[in-house]
Amino acid sequence: MGKTTLVKAVSEIEPLTTEETLTVAGIGTDSLDGVESKSTTTVALDFGRMTFTEQNLVLYLFGTPGQDRYWFMWDELSRGTLGAVVLVDTRRLPACFPALEFFEQRGIEYVVAVNQFDGGFRYTTEEVRDALTIRDQVPIVMCDARNTRSATSVLISLIEHVLLVVTSRSVP
Amino acid sequence: MTAVPGDHPLLDGEAGPVVRPYSVTYGRTRPRSALDLTTMLLATGRTPRHMEPEHAQALRLCRAATSVAEVAANLQQPVVVAKVLVSDLIAWEALITGVPTVDTPDLQTMKDLLDGLRKLQFSSNTNGDDTNGDDPDGGEDPRRGGLRGG
Repeated sequence: MGKTTLVKAVSEIEPLTTEETLTVAGIGTDSLDGVESKSTTTVALDFGRMTFTEQNLVLYLFGTPGQDRYWFMWDELSRGTLGAVVLVDTRRLPACFPALEFFEQRGIEYVVAVNQFDGGFRYTTEEVRDALTIRDQVPIVMCDARNTRSATSVLISLIEHVLLVVTSRSVP
Repeated sequence: MTAVPGDHPLLDGEAGPVVRPYSVTYGRTRPRSALDLTTMLLATGRTPRHMEPEHAQALRLCRAATSVAEVAANLQQPVVVAKVLVSDLIAWEALITGVPTVDTPDLQTMKDLLDGLRKLQFSSNTNGDDTNGDDPDGGEDPRRGGLRGG
């Protein structure tokens, strides 16, 4: 929950939506016969962009559907990714288990951002860590996904974390 | 005469495609070259002779460096359709791709990104778009004339 909100908070463009189509059948066949009968799944994908002119960099932020049946999508997105933000809704903590598992299995670095909004139940980071059994090395940050500053600081946490992991790996 | 919908974007359910996606690509579902969502594209200035309207539209979108994802979103076509169109344009030398996506971005890129994010963070501090935030500590921040679009 709140993925599009977070993307919108930092994106310089109004978040765009595109759709990815997965053809379930037909792997390994190039025949176009029966195309109509193949079953396809369409997933909407929101994304935003941040341009850093001085650094000559463009950062794309993709908000992916959380459910594990969309993992094929995550596989494409995780190629060349810097890392991931797992945005946690405190009302539905267990909903992010598949995401945590996915990134753990693929060795993709991530931070957990707990989206706090007015009236929502507030946990401490340690409570979230315990509840979701998150490794000590993985940063957990509180955020307000609507707020540009807050959303930016989530991204900063992620990059700091990734840098830390990469540099500690290269110095055995 | 192109089959492009009118000048207002169709939303969600009402967006029945005017042209079925794969007829744009003549049924092709595989791009000719490896492209990611974030592959950056730039028009070379060359205009291929035989283009479909969708090719021309994609090409126009790439006059400034643009990603495959943005081309797909702006064409209102599925990503795979955009990839096929873009790969045609690459084959016709009308588009070039930027630095290929690497598995692990290098250290310098990440440091640059961190630098950029921190500067952005600082400027959103000093611009203080809300009042609930903690005051930027002491010191006169050189506010740059409130150039934000609001």
